[in-house]
Amino acid sequence: MTAVVTETPEVSTMDRVRTFAARRASVLPTLAAIAILIVLLIGAQVEFGNFLTPRNLSALLLDHAYLLVLAVGMTFVIVTGGIDLSVGSVMAFTGILGAQMLASGIPVWIVVPVMLAGGAAIGTLIGVLVQYFNVQPFIASLAGLFLGRGLAYVVSLSSIRVENPPILWLQQTRFLIGEWYITPTGIIALVVVAAGAIVMAVTRFGRTVYAIGGSEQSARLMGLSVARTKVMVYVISGLCGGLAGLLLTAYSGAGYPRYGIGTELDVIACVVIGGTLLTGGRGYVLGSMVGVFVFATITTIISFMGAEQAWTHIIVGALLLLFIVVQRAIVARSDRQT
Amino acid sequence: MTLLKHRLFWPVAALVTLVVVNVIANPNFAKVTMRDGDLYGNPVTILRESAPLMLVALGMTLVIATRGIDLSVGAVMAVSGAVSLTIIADSPDPGSLGTVTVAIVVAVLVALVLGAWNGFLVSVLGIQPIIATLVLMLAGRGVALLITGGAITTVTSAPYKFLSNGYLILLPVAFFIWVAVVAIVALVERRTALGMLTESVGINPEASRLAGVRSRGIIWAAYMVSGLLAGVAGIINASNTMAADSNNAGYLIELYAILAVVLGGTSLMGGKFSIAGTVIGVLTVTTLDKTIQFFGVPPAQSPVFFAVVVVIVVLVQSPRVHAWGRAASARMRRTPSSGEPPTGPGAASAAKKHEEVAA
Amino acid sequence: MTDRGGAAGAHPRAAAPAAGAQMPGPMPCQDGPVSEAQALVQIAGATVRFGAFTALDGVDFRMFPGEVHSLMGENGAGKSTLIKALTGALALDEGTVVIGGSERRFGGPRDAQDAGVSTVYQEVDLLENLSVAENIFLGREPRRWGVIDHRTMRRDAAAVLSGLGLDVDPASPLGRYPLAVQQLVAIARAISTDVRVLVLDEPTSSLDLDEVAELFRVIRELKERGVAILFVSHFLDQVYEMSDRITVLRDGQLVGEYLTTELLRIDLVKKMLGRDVAEIAPREHVVEPEMPADPVLSARGLTRTPGIANADVDIAEGEVLGVAGLLGSGRTELARALTGVDRAHAGIIRIEGQPARLDSPRHAMNLGVVYSSENRRTEGLIGDLSIEDNIVLALQAQQGALHPISAPRRRELALSWIEALGIKPADPDRPVRTLSGGNQQKVMLARLLALSPRVIVLDEPTRGIDVGAKVEIQRLVGELADNGLSVVFISAELEEVLRVGDRVAILREGEVAETVAAASLNPDTLMALVAQPDLPEA
Repeated sequence: MTAVVTETPEVSTMDRVRTFAARRASVLPTLAAIAILIVLLIGAQVEFGNFLTPRNLSALLLDHAYLLVLAVGMTFVIVTGGIDLSVGSVMAFTGILGAQMLASGIPVWIVVPVMLAGGAAIGTLIGVLVQYFNVQPFIASLAGLFLGRGLAYVVSLSSIRVENPPILWLQQTRFLIGEWYITPTGIIALVVVAAGAIVMAVTRFGRTVYAIGGSEQSARLMGLSVARTKVMVYVISGLCGGLAGLLLTAYSGAGYPRYGIGTELDVIACVVIGGTLLTGGRGYVLGSMVGVFVFATITTIISFMGAEQAWTHIIVGALLLLFIVVQRAIVARSDRQT
Repeated sequence: MTLLKHRLFWPVAALVTLVVVNVIANPNFAKVTMRDGDLYGNPVTILRESAPLMLVALGMTLVIATRGIDLSVGAVMAVSGAVSLTIIADSPDPGSLGTVTVAIVVAVLVALVLGAWNGFLVSVLGIQPIIATLVLMLAGRGVALLITGGAITTVTSAPYKFLSNGYLILLPVAFFIWVAVVAIVALVERRTALGMLTESVGINPEASRLAGVRSRGIIWAAYMVSGLLAGVAGIINASNTMAADSNNAGYLIELYAILAVVLGGTSLMGGKFSIAGTVIGVLTVTTLDKTIQFFGVPPAQSPVFFAVVVVIVVLVQSPRVHAWGRAASARMRRTPSSGEPPTGPGAASAAKKHEEVAA
Repeated sequence: MTDRGGAAGAHPRAAAPAAGAQMPGPMPCQDGPVSEAQALVQIAGATVRFGAFTALDGVDFRMFPGEVHSLMGENGAGKSTLIKALTGALALDEGTVVIGGSERRFGGPRDAQDAGVSTVYQEVDLLENLSVAENIFLGREPRRWGVIDHRTMRRDAAAVLSGLGLDVDPASPLGRYPLAVQQLVAIARAISTDVRVLVLDEPTSSLDLDEVAELFRVIRELKERGVAILFVSHFLDQVYEMSDRITVLRDGQLVGEYLTTELLRIDLVKKMLGRDVAEIAPREHVVEPEMPADPVLSARGLTRTPGIANADVDIAEGEVLGVAGLLGSGRTELARALTGVDRAHAGIIRIEGQPARLDSPRHAMNLGVVYSSENRRTEGLIGDLSIEDNIVLALQAQQGALHPISAPRRRELALSWIEALGIKPADPDRPVRTLSGGNQQKVMLARLLALSPRVIVLDEPTRGIDVGAKVEIQRLVGELADNGLSVVFISAELEEVLRVGDRVAILREGEVAETVAAASLNPDTLMALVAQPDLPEA
C-alpha cells in the first residue's frame, strides 16, 4: 500500500517503530516478502555477478506483466475471502478470441473492448453464482475455468499469429531510460497496479472489500453494499483476465488456447506470498506486486542456473506453504487473544 | 413416490437419460462386439476409461464427506506415474513382473505419504483444505517433472501396460481394478465404523466432538485414502499412455472428480456420502465426455459442456432455486402442508433462523 | 400463560393494558403522565414466525426519549427477535413499527440506521482487520475528491472517542484492543450518527466492573442528550441500576411493561420465569444428604472466565442435583466445565476421590462423566444420521473406528434403547432430524446412557419439547437416579428443578451460592434465592 512507501519507519525513536508496528501489523507479511525479494536479488547477484543489470530487471517486469495484472484482480477477490480459479483460462480465451478477431480483419478498437468484456462476462457469471446462488467461490470459479478453457478451444484449436501493428507496438516499443527500458505492456501493468492500490486504499468500494473479508455479516449490519461489492470483485478479476489476455497476446505475438494452464495457481501463490491472507480481510495490491516479483526472480534465477523450471513450482509451493503456516499461526494467536 | 425420493434416483436418471439420448442419436453407441474372446465397443471403453477418475473421485468422496476438498489429486497422479515409470525405465529388466511390482508399490507409498502430508496440514495444523491442498497441487507437478528429469519418460513393459490395456475374462483389467477398489472402500467404510464417524464429523463437527469422536484421525485418514487412490489412478493413467507426462497426467481431474461426486448426490457441504452415487457420477461424467466426442466436438472443447453441467448442478442445489421451486409449488397447490416436521434444505435454514431466535 | 391485562401481581397500575388494546395507553409516571404522542418508538402487534414456530406473538413495545428501557426474558422469550425487528435485521410478519410518528418498513439494517436506530450487538460485530476510525465511519466516511479522506476521518474519530473518554489510537487496527474497548468503539460508531434510538444488546456480558462503570457513564450521558435507549442485560443489578422502564417477554408474548421503581425484583423474576401447573407429583425423595459424604463427582473452585468463578459442586451416587439460576448465572458454563467440553481455568475435579483432568469430552466420557448440551441441534445430534447411528455414536467413538460394533449388535442396542426410552417412531433407520424435540432428546439420552456412565449432566433437557415429553423425561431422570446414576439436572424452570432434584444448587453470577435440599423449598422460596439473597422490601 501507499503507506509502505511513504511511512517507512525512520528508526529515530523506538516509539515510532512501536506505533508503526501496532498500526501496520498487517503489512508485516508484505515486508517479509520484500525481504525475501531483496535476499533473492542480492543472492543472485553474488552468485552470477551479472544479475542486477538494468536489462535483466527490466525484463522481470516485461516477462510478467500479464501475471501482475492477474494478481491485482486476484487480490480483490482473495481479500473478500473468495478465490478465482478461472483467471488462467479466461486469459487464454480472451487472448485467442482477440487473435482470431484480428485475423478476420476486425479493427483493433473493437477487438480490445470485446476482449475485456469477454473477461468481465465470465467474471460476472462467477460473481452472480457466488453472491446470489450461494455457490462456493471455488466451485463457481471452477465453472468459469471450464468455460474459459473450453471457449478458447471453440475459438481455435491451434495458435493464431497476431500481426496487428497496434498490438505488436504494445510489446515491441521500448522506452529507454539509460539502460533501463519499459514497454507499453509494462506501463499498463504498473498503471493497473497503481489503480488497484488506490481503489483498495481510499475508495468506499475498496474498504468494503476489506470489510467483507473481515466479516461479511458485520459488513452487512453496517449497511455496506455487500452484494454489489462481492459481484464486482469477480468482475474486476475477469476484467483483469481479459487485459492479461491482451498483454500475453502482445507479448507472445499470438493467441493460443493452451496459454495459462495452471496460471491461476501461480497467481494465487504470488498474492499469498505478497502478504494477502487467504481467509480474507488483509492484503495489499502492492504486496501482490512484490509477490509477482518474487515469483519472477525465482524463475529467472532458475533459468540463470540452467536448472529445471520444475524447481520454480517446488520453491514457490514451499514459499506458499511457509506463508500459509505463518498466517495460520498469526490467526491462531489473535483467536486466543479474544 | 418412494422411488423418486431415493437419493440415487436423480443420479441414475441422469445417467440413463444420457445413455438413451446417445443410443437414439446413434445406435452404434451401445454396440458391443466380441473379438478374440474379449468385448469391445463404446460401453466397454467407458468402463475402462473411467478407472482413473473413479479412483480419484472415490477418495474425493471421503474427503468431501469430512467437509474438505483435495485439489492435489491430479498432481499426486503425476507424481505416482512419474515414480513408477522412472523405476521401470531405470531397471535392467523393465518387462519383469518383479520390477513392475516394486514400481507400483513404491509409487503407491509415495502417494500415500503425499496424502498424509495433506491430512497433516488440514487436521493437525488446521489449515483450510482448499489452501492446504493447493500447496501440493502447485508443487506436485514440479516434483513429478524433477523425477522424470523434465522429459516425458516412455517405457515398454508388458506387465505394466497390462494394467490399463489388458483384458481379464471378457472385460478390461482396469475395470476390474476399479470394481475391486470400490468394493474394498465400500466394505471398509461400511463394515467398520469409519463411514459413520466420517459422516458424523462432516455433518456436525462440534456435536461429534461432544460425542467423543476423534475427528483428527478420521480427517487425516480421508486425505490418506485420497492420496493413495490418486496414486493408483496415476499408475493406471501412466499405464494407458506408457509415458509419464508430468504436465498433463491428471490435468483438471480434481475438477472432474468433484463434479462426479456432486453428481452422485454427495453434498459439497460434507456429511452423508454415497459411494454408489459417486460410481454413477463418474460413469455419467465419462459417458458425457464420450457423448460430446460422439457428436463430433473436439475433446478440447468439452470443458464448455462441463461448465454448463457444473452450473446446472450448483443451481439445482442452491437454496435460492429451492426457494423459487417451493414458491412455485405453493402457488400450484394451495392446500396447507401436513403436520409433518419440515425437512430438506429449506427447513434447515428455517431451523437455523429458529436457533438464532432462541439464542 | 401470560398475565397480561392488569393481573401483574401486586402492581396492576404498572401492568400493560389488556391484550386487546391496540396501543399501550397513557401511563402514570413519576414526572407526570406521559402521553402516547411522546413515545419515540411504538411497536404494535409485532408477530414473527419461523415456519410453525412463533417467535414473537402480537407484542407491543414502546420507548421514550431520554429513557433507558430494559427488555427482559429468559432464553427463547423473543428478546432477540424483537430487537431484530427494531433494528431492521428482520421483517415483521404482522404488526407495525412507528418511529418518531411515522410508520417504518425496514428493508435492512441500513434503513433502520437512516431512521436513527443504532445497535450494539452482544457479539461485537465490528471488523478487527480495519482501523478504529474506519470501524466508526465505515459506510459514511468523509470524502474529498471522491476518495476517502483518511486524515479527516481519523481526526473525527479521535473527537468521538475522546468524547467517550476513550484513549484509543484511531489509526490502529481494532483487533489490537480488548473486547471491552471494541464494545465502546461500537457505541462510538452508534452515537457518531444522528442517533435517536440506541439498542444495546447484552453490552456488558464481557466487561469487567470498571468497564461496566465506564459504559454506564456513557449511557447516562446519552440519556441526557435525549436518546431513547434499549438496554438488554441478564444482570438484574445492572438492569435496576440503569433502566427507567422494564418490559418482560415470555415465550414470544408480552407479559407486561413496568416502571422499574414499581417492580420488585422477585416479581420481575416471577414474570420472566412464569409458572407451570404441576403436571405430576414430585418423586419421592429417597436421598437427601445435605453434603454427600463420598461424592461420585466433586468439584472445588471451578473457574472459567467468563462464566463461572469458584464453583463448588458435589454429587452423590443415585442423586439428582438440580441446578437453578438465571440466564447468565453460569448454568451452562458449569455443565461444560464439569464434563470436559470446556477446559476449566482453575479448580479441581475429583471422581470418586481421584483427581481427574478433564481435557476433552472424550476423556470425561472414559471416566464416566457425560454431557447433554442445551443445543440439541448444533451440539447434540447428528441430524442427517439415523436414530441407530446417533445412539451408537459415542460408544463407537469410544471403541475406535477400527473396532466396529457389529451390525446385529448395533441394531440390538438401538432397538433396546428405543424400547426402553419409548423413542417414537421406533424406526432405527429414521434420520434423527425428522424426530420431534422430545424424541430427539431421548435419542441423546440413549447415546449417553449406552456408555453406562456414572454421572450424567443434562443441560436444559426439556427445553422446547412438548409437555407430555417433558413429563416423560422428568420421570426418566428419576428412574435413572433410582438405579444409582448421578444426575446433574439444569433447567430454567424452577418447578422442574424442584420436582426432579433431590438437592438444588443455586447459581448466582458464576458461583454456587447455596445448595439446598429440594424438599425444603417451594417455587417461591427458590425463586427468591435465585433472584437475589437480599430482597428489597416490598
